[in-house]
Amino acid sequence: MPPVVKIEEIHKIYDSGEVPVHAVRGVTLEIERGDFVALMGASGSGKSTLMNLLGCLDRPTRGRYLLDGIDVSQLDRNALADIRNQKLGFVFQGFNLLARTTALENVELPMLYGARKFTTKQIRERAMHCLDIVGLSQRFDHFPSQLSGGQQQRVAIARALVNEPQVLLADEPTGNLDTRTSAEVMGVFQKLNDEGITIVMVTHELDIAHFCKRNLILRDGVMVRDEAVSNRSFAATELEKLSSAEAAAKLTGAKN
Amino acid sequence: MRFGSIIKVALRALMRNTMRSILTALGIIIGVGAVIAMVSIGNGAKAQVEAQVASLGQNVITVFSGSMSSGGMRGGWGSSPSLTIEDAEAIEREVTGIVGVSPEVRDRNQVLANGLNWNTSVNGESPDYPDIRSWKIASGAMFSDQDVRSVAKVCVIGKTVADQLFANSDPVGQTLRIRNIPFKVLGVLDSKGFNLFGQDQDDAVLVPYTSHMKRLSRRSYISSILIQAASADVIDKVQKDITEVLTQRRKGREPDFTVRNQVELAQTATATTQTMTLLLAAIASVSLLVGGIGIMNIMLVSVTERTREIGIRLAIGAHGSDVLMQFLIEATILSSLGGVIGILLGIGSSQLVSHLNGWPVLVSTASIVIAFVFSAAVGMFFGFYPARKAAQLDPIDALRYE
Repeated sequence: MPPVVKIEEIHKIYDSGEVPVHAVRGVTLEIERGDFVALMGASGSGKSTLMNLLGCLDRPTRGRYLLDGIDVSQLDRNALADIRNQKLGFVFQGFNLLARTTALENVELPMLYGARKFTTKQIRERAMHCLDIVGLSQRFDHFPSQLSGGQQQRVAIARALVNEPQVLLADEPTGNLDTRTSAEVMGVFQKLNDEGITIVMVTHELDIAHFCKRNLILRDGVMVRDEAVSNRSFAATELEKLSSAEAAAKLTGAKN
Repeated sequence: MRFGSIIKVALRALMRNTMRSILTALGIIIGVGAVIAMVSIGNGAKAQVEAQVASLGQNVITVFSGSMSSGGMRGGWGSSPSLTIEDAEAIEREVTGIVGVSPEVRDRNQVLANGLNWNTSVNGESPDYPDIRSWKIASGAMFSDQDVRSVAKVCVIGKTVADQLFANSDPVGQTLRIRNIPFKVLGVLDSKGFNLFGQDQDDAVLVPYTSHMKRLSRRSYISSILIQAASADVIDKVQKDITEVLTQRRKGREPDFTVRNQVELAQTATATTQTMTLLLAAIASVSLLVGGIGIMNIMLVSVTERTREIGIRLAIGAHGSDVLMQFLIEATILSSLGGVIGILLGIGSSQLVSHLNGWPVLVSTASIVIAFVFSAAVGMFFGFYPARKAAQLDPIDALRYE
């Protein structure tokens, strides 16, 4: 099976300012189907740029990017939009749901764009199915303002899944969430990955990176480390640890 | 993206901020409303004038005598002693396509009957007159050719005269006196109301023109000739022929007459109303322009506000054209709805004005369709620039926007 993501010597140079910024310097990378990658690095390391390139939101200055076997390095704006619609799913740190729009309609959104035409019924069913996967089918008619942070992120994940993407790309998905909710959301990602969905996640937190299977570390635009995660965290376990910690806190610190 | 979805999405976006949408559309609403109201009132006035002209009769041509100049003072149309009965007879003889001729002699006289008196217009006419003027006789009958030939002392009176002098009785068969000469009333005319110039058409007494010239005004020339052409098709030819006949009769002398047809009269009469209506509509259109600028302004603000949202849509797979369509349709729906409300408002206010002032009002379907199309066009035109700005956003920058 060819890797779902194959990057060869990819470079990105920003030329707009006085000094050209060489954000990504010759990264070569292969991601197999079913992999769960954490992309890490300090700010300025180029991880956001690499993520944008992976997400087909930007074009590389040099090098090749084969997504699911298709060379997307030199496609035009509209073709890239179609690729994003069909092959990729995005989850952002700030959730980026449409306000005053129901959860269901938010999830349906990617199906309204793109070349494939669905009937209203098909769209509704697919969207409900995805909400079900993330455990929010009860709240399909809620607005984002009526949902907690964790719930909003789960709706965003459902939206990312709705067009059956090859790769799920998540940019600091737990950045705005507390520890417990972060664990819950990572649990959703792990469940999806177990079912075969390839996930690439940008994060700067080691704890979160430990939920993944593989860690990539970028520094100054170059990949300096690429290793499998040794002591992997699992959401269920983590949540239990948190619950006991809370219970303990109640026993010791409670004042009547 | 499917068209139906785009409309839904656009409506949803507009409803998210109802107050703002209403305020933005207000410019269009007022603009369209004003234009519709102005045009309706103008059209009502024009229609009323046209109806008045039509009430002068169908396919009517009038020959006026030229103006008389006495000691440097010009007397105005009809004052010069140049038209004669012979001219009228020549026209009747030599011009084809005519169905009625009435030589006219007019002056004002005191008319007495039943111990009452009334100053009114006494008009010498031929028996063709009521037909030419499409003026029905309410009771009795018009005088005949025989009466004309015998210079008979007979008359037909208008409703106002009948009301003034014969309030409680049937005028037909009774006698009234003009310049102390008794005239027998043969008939009463149907009511016609006021004409274009504000004169009461029912305030008149008709006598045979021969009787007028011999007994009342004592003159040998007539003021004008009223001619009815057979149909609208021949009216131009008839007008030309009349001019020819009369010119020939003057044998090279200065033409001291004027031939006007009804259409020209109508055009002159409505010319002022037309100009006024156009002027008012143009002024009202300015507010439509301002409304369009308002839409552009708000759409620009809206695009900036929704930069993040646009970024999401682009990231998820929207083409630039999808975003362009969405915002363009939003602007167009806004302006079109404003147009519809404006049309309703315009119709309502013109009815109100008509009710309060008694002015006639005519709302034409054409003006409604044009107003609607125009308001939609304004939305499309002024919405284009903001929509294009939205479509050209870079998704990465847009997603980062605070």
